[in-house]
Amino acid sequence: MRIVANYKHYKELNEEVVQAIKNGAAQLTLEDVNGQRFIADCLKGKLKIDIYGTPGNDLGMFMDGPTVTVFGNAQDGVGNTMSSGKIIIHGDGRDIVGHSMRGGKIFVRGDVGYRVGIHMKTYKSNVPIIVAGGRAGDFLGEYMAGGIIIILGMHNTAKKTEILGDWVATGQHGGAIYVRGEVDDSKLGNGAAQFPMTADDEMTVKKVLTEYCRVFGLGLDSVFETDFTKIAPVSHRPYAALYTCE
Amino acid sequence: MYSSVPEFRVLIDKQRCRLCKRCIENCSFGALEWRGDKVKAFDDRCVACLRCVSMCPEDAITLRRTPSDVSAHPVWTENARRDVFTQSRTGAILLASTGNELHESIIFDHLLLDACQVTNPAIDPLREPIELRTYIGRKPRSVEFEAIGDSIKLKTELSPALRLDIPIMIAQMSYGAISLEAHEALARAAVMRGTTMGSGEGGLHKNLYPYSDHIIVQVASGRFGVHPAYLEAGAAVEIKIGQGAKPGIGGHLPGTKITDEISEARMIPIGADAISPAPHHDIYSIEDLAQLVNSLKEATRYKKPVLVKIAAVHNVAAISSGICRAGADAIVIDGFRAGTGATPKVIRDNVGIPIELAIAVVDQRLREEGIRRETSLIASGTIRNSGDVAKAIALGADAVKIGTAALIALGCTVCKRCYTGKCAWGIATQDPKLRSRLDPADGAQRVSNLLLAWSIELKEILGAAGINSIESLRGNRDRLRGYGLDHTTLEILGVQHAGS
Repeated sequence: MRIVANYKHYKELNEEVVQAIKNGAAQLTLEDVNGQRFIADCLKGKLKIDIYGTPGNDLGMFMDGPTVTVFGNAQDGVGNTMSSGKIIIHGDGRDIVGHSMRGGKIFVRGDVGYRVGIHMKTYKSNVPIIVAGGRAGDFLGEYMAGGIIIILGMHNTAKKTEILGDWVATGQHGGAIYVRGEVDDSKLGNGAAQFPMTADDEMTVKKVLTEYCRVFGLGLDSVFETDFTKIAPVSHRPYAALYTCE
Repeated sequence: MYSSVPEFRVLIDKQRCRLCKRCIENCSFGALEWRGDKVKAFDDRCVACLRCVSMCPEDAITLRRTPSDVSAHPVWTENARRDVFTQSRTGAILLASTGNELHESIIFDHLLLDACQVTNPAIDPLREPIELRTYIGRKPRSVEFEAIGDSIKLKTELSPALRLDIPIMIAQMSYGAISLEAHEALARAAVMRGTTMGSGEGGLHKNLYPYSDHIIVQVASGRFGVHPAYLEAGAAVEIKIGQGAKPGIGGHLPGTKITDEISEARMIPIGADAISPAPHHDIYSIEDLAQLVNSLKEATRYKKPVLVKIAAVHNVAAISSGICRAGADAIVIDGFRAGTGATPKVIRDNVGIPIELAIAVVDQRLREEGIRRETSLIASGTIRNSGDVAKAIALGADAVKIGTAALIALGCTVCKRCYTGKCAWGIATQDPKLRSRLDPADGAQRVSNLLLAWSIELKEILGAAGINSIESLRGNRDRLRGYGLDHTTLEILGVQHAGS
């Protein structure tokens, strides 16, 4: 089913989406999207939503199941507190992509902004995954408690900017960040450190990137021309000695 | 080196003790041990939770405070000295439970309620109806009706509201901070008395879902256990920005307390620290708060009120105005005496302002801006009795929330050791053996009794004042007088001194 967003208020647009799903639509195409917020907010089940234009903040917030594809750039809060499903962005993502994300995948072809993957968590078989093809801003993976973030630093030659911002993984106490290329220790915040890539790490990265490359039509071999660096927490209980009792 | 003296001495009457060892079994702090032929007490481990005293069949145990007097000093009190000792030993932040211990003067105790004499008749609540029903949510500026045939229909679309039988709600306390049994007891009490309880920020155990139409589900900075089913289950959603016992501070539930079931409710791995960041990382402004409010309204399809909870801090009035304009259906304000399971002591005792002042300034500010009806105001932080409830409402609150009082009803003796996880009464613990000491049905009945008693008393207070509905007491500061309060306090409260 096709819905033209144009200049509709997000309330009106999202109500149309909810009604369409209620009426049995499992596949939706949203066209001329102009910054409407909360698209796919709290939607559940095996839905497929294609978005043309620029969706607004909190795309796919609380989402649990659907696959959302954005043919364009997205704004802040993509996949905020998302439970499961997939969000594919053919352009750039912005700040707090995957904030407190608990499961599912977010694939961004280009760059992402500040505080991406902040406080992501793993729970049993739910392992949230974020992959960005370009660079990431400051505070990547801050408070990270679980899940996987992969930053590739590709499509970046013209900008000549660094792959990572500062304060990477500050307060990290779970999960892992994989960066394509070398990372200077000065980029890391308190709580995180570089670790050698194990065979398990290589396998995880390859598995995730195989799907990522297929989605965006990229050559897997060219991605692996450069080695990956692993960033992980020093402790799962970073604040165990911070407190005392009377 | 000298170590600080024990706070309590455990005295066991040898004549009465029949060596049944029940006290040893019951002490969860290891203060009593069996030594061949007698019970030996370790005073330094005793927290005066009174479990052994209550369980001794022979009434053989007595606790006494500070048996060794320390040399008195008005500034270097025993507590001040003890804290310095502890920190010089450990180099760590002092943890504390329950509420502010530093400020003993409570404004509620200096406010007096009014009653009718001669000129307008008091109402007898035992014979005449007095309304306590309270609606939490946005009220319309005006209502329009339309006639359809012979019937008249409400044309104005109303915002979703919580319908409470009493203006007393049970506060947000997380499963993790308190036991599943305590959580269930509070939820059942809320159902019994037609009010609500709060999930806290630790998600909702599956056993609590049957009561969820009386549960306000919380969304805090850690987003623990927040998923579609959780949001859809709640009677309302509450965004926690801050709490009175730790304004501006996040929370750390130590990994040692993340048991299998807590891990399931919070949706995090067993044994890993549950860290709630200090701010929400998608909220750095009122506009961002509006975005979270709206995302939750979208997520729940505009069927549930969204509340925002903040600690009472210096700029509480301006912040509340912003929260109201951000679309919150209710603002929950937690005063500086509010309780907690664990907080840095220095924050608990020194940050924030009294709830009485916060209610008054927020109510006043929202009225001045003409937006008071756009939001409800809920006050919490040491509401100890129905008198406090009436005074909070007369100062401008729509309803109050109780935390510590509800836990005391469950059997808490305020030993202030919630952070140890060893609660001997099965409340602030995850130890299965200790948890089994609290029967949810029995606990629910006691909390329900407390709420019932306060409701009856509220009706007495209203009746005496000649008021037949709690709505007419709301913000009715003319029915309050201050006693022994200074001019500035009275001015901020908008209350006259007794006698004037």
